[in-house]
This record gives sequence, structure tokens and C-alpha cells, in this order.
Amino acid sequence: MADGSPHRAGGVDVVVLAKFVPNPSGAPPEIGPDFRLTRSEANAGLDPSDEPGLELAVSLVEARGGAVTVVSVGAEGAVGALWRALAYGVDAAVLVEDDALAGADVLATATVLAATIRRRPFDLIIAGVESTDGGTGTLPIALAELLDLPAATFARRVEIEDGTVTIERQTSSGYDVVDCALPALVSVTAAAAVPRYPSLRETIQAKKKPVERLSLADLGLTAEDVRATQRVTAVEIAPEKEPGELVEDETYALQRIVQLLEEAKVL
Amino acid sequence: MSVPGVWVYAEHGPDGTVDRSTLGLLTKARAVGREVAAVSLGAGAAASVPALADHGAATVFVDDDPVYAEWPGEPAAYVLAQLAADHRPDLLLFGSSYDARDVAGRLQAMLGTPLVANAEHVLDVDHVRLVVALLQTPGRPGNLRGGIGGAKLVDVELTGRAPRIVLMRPQALEAERHGGHADVVRVDVAIPDARKRTRRRARHEEQGEGPKLEDARVVVAGGRGLGAAENFRLLDELAGAIGNAAVGATRPVVDAGWTPFAMQIGQTGKTVSPDVYIAVGISGAAQHIVGAKDSARIVAINKDRQAPIFQYADLGVVGDALTIVPALVEELGRR
Ligand SMILES: Cc1cc2nc3c(=O)[nH]c(=O)nc-3n(C[C@H](O)[C@H](O)[C@H](O)COP(=O)(O)OP(=O)(O)OC[C@H]3O[C@@H](n4cnc5c(N)ncnc54)[C@H](O)[C@@H]3O)c2cc1C
Ligand SMILES: Nc1ncnc2c1ncn2[C@@H]1O[C@H](COP(=O)(O)O)[C@@H](O)[C@H]1O
Repeated sequence: MADGSPHRAGGVDVVVLAKFVPNPSGAPPEIGPDFRLTRSEANAGLDPSDEPGLELAVSLVEARGGAVTVVSVGAEGAVGALWRALAYGVDAAVLVEDDALAGADVLATATVLAATIRRRPFDLIIAGVESTDGGTGTLPIALAELLDLPAATFARRVEIEDGTVTIERQTSSGYDVVDCALPALVSVTAAAAVPRYPSLRETIQAKKKPVERLSLADLGLTAEDVRATQRVTAVEIAPEKEPGELVEDETYALQRIVQLLEEAKVL
Repeated sequence: MSVPGVWVYAEHGPDGTVDRSTLGLLTKARAVGREVAAVSLGAGAAASVPALADHGAATVFVDDDPVYAEWPGEPAAYVLAQLAADHRPDLLLFGSSYDARDVAGRLQAMLGTPLVANAEHVLDVDHVRLVVALLQTPGRPGNLRGGIGGAKLVDVELTGRAPRIVLMRPQALEAERHGGHADVVRVDVAIPDARKRTRRRARHEEQGEGPKLEDARVVVAGGRGLGAAENFRLLDELAGAIGNAAVGATRPVVDAGWTPFAMQIGQTGKTVSPDVYIAVGISGAAQHIVGAKDSARIVAINKDRQAPIFQYADLGVVGDALTIVPALVEELGRR
């Protein structure tokens, strides 16, 4: 446990990160005049990449005691993502929102997350490996550095024993076994846990649970601390390609596939 | 000795074989028109120098210490931070592998400098062009040949201080030989024990049989539409009937444990550009398509005629993969 805090024997206090993203199954986000993605509550929600981490956090705590806190840095409306997390059985939710955060980049977001997480003792931080919209895949490791923590990343399997977290880390040809002492950060792939489906009752009750809302000032940060270090100057949309031939008749389809393979000289 | 300019973080095997993405990064680095250096750490570093030089590195920082393999990520970031403080490069280029992201992300937090990912081109030391995939949903048309599936090209100006960190999309990287010789600079940085916290205990390989995905002339890729792990056998049979063909997969299929990660094609998996790409039961999400869009010909088999994959296909077949694939294997067998 961090900071030598008093602790239930065997329990783990887990902080899980949740990002609010344009709804992957809704209308695509638009690019505004300032070249930023416009997000609204209506077409946004919890990033699906964060669901395995939430599942892992909740099941770890169910098995050995402790508590799960979900933390999100986002715009107004990100509370929708937190309700979804609360429906999983997360104990507490913290949302940092501030006008100065519009357009915040990875390091700015990590700085805010670090300031938020640092306020209370914890054993483990769980993040997704890559957000669905931003997708740098570097926020978790930057956060670990800001909090002076070891990190075990790209985990497809996570186990905790005797103050050590051991993971199977995805590689391009298999996996590595990697470990480090707690407190630590792990980032998890979708293979790490299969998300449960919160019931309707849990979903309704989640909206009644409190969400702690913080501004930058509450964290002792200023707009200067989260100033963007990059600026979009142009956006270009690639032209669409003409669709190819579409075949429905099976016998003809087989003929055409064989012809195409012959033309490509691969048979 | 001071080496400013554009630096490339080199990834290589223990025998010094340099990853193709690293060689492609050197090509990008040269295009910026400044001094180019590479940083090569871990077993095989010294042996990697000739290839790095041949692709345009004028200086290579080398450290053969096995510490980098045993303690992944953190020692490498620490050493880079020290080297950057001593030599003040303008730009640090990384690939997008998990290892590269771990080093780059930690380094960014150490240095407090800007980082951009998914870069397609480095325009100059202040500007990069990125690809942003906005449409991640099946059911929506995307773009292909003119650009990247369902994506937009975005130009970004880097305003923070140097060294700026840029992670390049693997798809954007093309290795070009340059010829040349590199000065070797031995890295002499002591890594504190406090930076040895995350340890690699074991490595496991899960490679399949047959030609490698990246080398095969035909790739037969399967998606969730195959319905069950055992139906991947149909794709093995099809690959066998064609010959010099490899089997690939989409991410949900890998996540479900139907196939190993080594077979994943797409944004977070491999990039392939075979003569023929056959997508079976794949919806055609932008994150999948980016890994296959450079294929010379694309064939798609999908039972939903609205599937976005048909936007990319030269030949689309609307129908049930579970009957069409066996029929095709039989047809090829008759020939
Ligand atoms: C950050 C991020 C990174 C990602 N990286 C990758 C990546 O690297 N690679 C990747 O693949 N995905 C990636 N994805 C996931 C991607 O967005 C899609 O979810 C995924 O590609 C869809 O896989 P699929 O086509 O197998 O499944 P689905 O989208 O479920 O499509 C299945 C298709 O099969 C068809 N079908 C069903 N039954 C049959 C039948 N009997 N015969 C024929 N057709 C049938 C259906 O009509 C449907 O079109 C990533 C997502 C995110 C957010
Ligand atoms: N604004 C945010 N609030 C909370 N968590 C975040 C935020 N942005 C990113 N994350 C976490 O970091 C992971 C990787 O994000 P990224 O580096 O943006 O791809 C995500 O899957 C989330 O778990």
C-alpha cells in the first residue's frame, strides 16, 4: 500500500481510470472550427477500452477486500461514463472537469490524474492500454512516472500476490511474464477480463451514487499546468474510394474469386 | 561531443537484427534534413550499428548492457533522458510497438516535453502530420485508397520545448538504404537501482505454422463472423489450397482467445500488404483496415451486404462464409 496507510489485511485499494469518449456505436464526432472533436453527452460514454480494467478492479476487490475508486478527467458529461462504472459496483467516483482542460494533451491529462490520485493511498492503478478516440497508448506510463511508480503494461492477465503484481504482457510473437512490487500501475488489454453486464437495477442505482467533482483549483493546479503543447493547424478528409464489384450468386462468386487469384498469379 | 538533430529510438533483436520499423524511422528522420542519430540499447546494440548507419544514422549511441531486457522500459527511458539533457536533440522518433510506447511515455513525463502519436509524416521539427481514425464503427463507410480507412489527416504544430517526442504509425514507415558510416558513441550512464522496478521473468513464443503473415503472398483473415474458434480450420484449409498463404485475424477474435495475438491484423496488430487479402466474416472497422489497406487486391466474404468491408473490396461476395469457404477449397482442389 502506498504512503504506509492503515490497511485491511489482504485487501487492495484500486484506482481505475475511465475515459469519456464519443460513443463508438453512435454518430461519429464532428470536428469543430477550432479543430477539436466536439463531444456531447448524447453521443458519448465510457470508453469500451476501460471496461476490462473496471471488471478486473471490481473482481479483485470482491475476491480480497479493499475498495475501487474510478477517476476520470473529462468534459461536462463525462459523468455518464462514471455512472456506467458505478453500475459495475465501483465504490467511489471522482470527476475532474474544468474549462481549462479543453484540448488537454496526454501529459496535461496525466498531470491532472496524478494530482487526483495522489490525494489518497492506493495499491494499484488500472488503466486501459489505448483509448478509443485519442489512442496514444502512452498516458498510463506517463502517469506512472509522475507518481514515481513501477508499471506493468499491456497485460492480458493480471495476478496479485504478497504485494507483487505479475502480468502476462502481450508481445508480437507471444507473451512475457513481468512483475513489480505494489504500489504499481498496470494497463490491461481486452483479454485481461470479460466485462460483466450491469443489471438495469444496478444501472439505475448507480445514478444515485455520489460523484466527487473537482476543478483544477481544487487540485492546486492552474491553467498553465495543463497548457497544450501542440495545436492542430489543418484537417484533411481523404476522398472515398469507388466500391468494387459485389456478387451474390455463389457459383459465380467462386468463379470470380478463382479468376482474381489467377490474375494475381498466386495459384 | 554534441549531437543535436533528429534521433531514432532503435529496436532490434539480441543478434543485432534491426526491426524494419526502426529502419523506416531513419528514412523519416533523414527527410527532416538535420543531423540523424540512433540510440541502440541492450543485447545486440553494437551489432545493430552497420544497418543503422546504412539507413542514414550518422551517429549511434550504443549500450550492450542486458539490463534493458531484464528490466523493460524504465532504464531505457532514464538513459534517453540523460542523453537528451547532454546533447539536446530537436526530435526523438519512436515506433509504435508496446516497448517503444513504454519508453516514450515515461520519457515524456521525465522531460515534460510534447508527445504526439500516430504520426504519418514529420514535416519539420515543429510540424507533424497525423492520422486520426474518427469512425471506429462497423456500419459506416470509410475511406481507403485515397487515405486511411475512415480517418482524417491532421497537421499538428508542436509548440512545447525540445526534444519533441513523435511516435510514428508502423504503416507509415518504409525502409530505404542510404549507405554510410556512423560514429559510435558508447553510452556511459549509470542506471540507479530505483529505476529497476519492473522485471521480465520469462518470454513465451506462440507463433503459428506456415509462412509468416508479413511475408505471405495471400492473407486469409477471419473475423467474428466465423462464429467459433473451430471454424478457423476452414481458413487453414483455404490457405493450404492456395499455397504461400497465411491466416490472420481481427482483434475481437484474438481477444476471445480463438487465435494468438501474433495473428492480429490492424492498428494494434500487424500490417500486411499481400497480393491478395481475403477478409472472411470481417465487418471492416477502420482499426482493422489500416493493417491491410495496402494489399494489391481485397476480396471480402460477408453475409451482410451493408458491411463496410465491401467499401474496400475489389471483389465482394455476399453470403455465408461457412458454406462459401469450403466450396472454394473444393473448387481449388479440383484444379
Ligand atoms: C484502439 C483500438 C484499436 C483496435 N485495433 C484493432 C486491430 O488492430 N485489429 C482489429 O481487427 N480490430 C481492432 N480494433 C477493433 C475494431 O474496432 C473492430 O471492433 C474489429 O475489427 C471488428 O472485428 P470483426 O470484424 O471480426 O467483428 P465484427 O465487427 O463483429 O464483424 C463480424 C462480421 O461478420 C459478418 N458475419 C457474421 N456471420 C457471418 C457468416 N456466417 N458469414 C459471413 N459473414 C458473417 C457480420 O456481418 C459482420 O460484418 C481496435 C479497436 C480500438 C478501439
Ligand atoms: N481523460 C482521461 N481520464 C481518465 N483516464 C484516461 C483519460 N485519458 C486516458 N485515460 C486512460 O489511459 C488509457 C490510455 O489512454 P491513451 O494514452 O489516451 O490511449 C485509457 O484507456 C484510459 O484508461
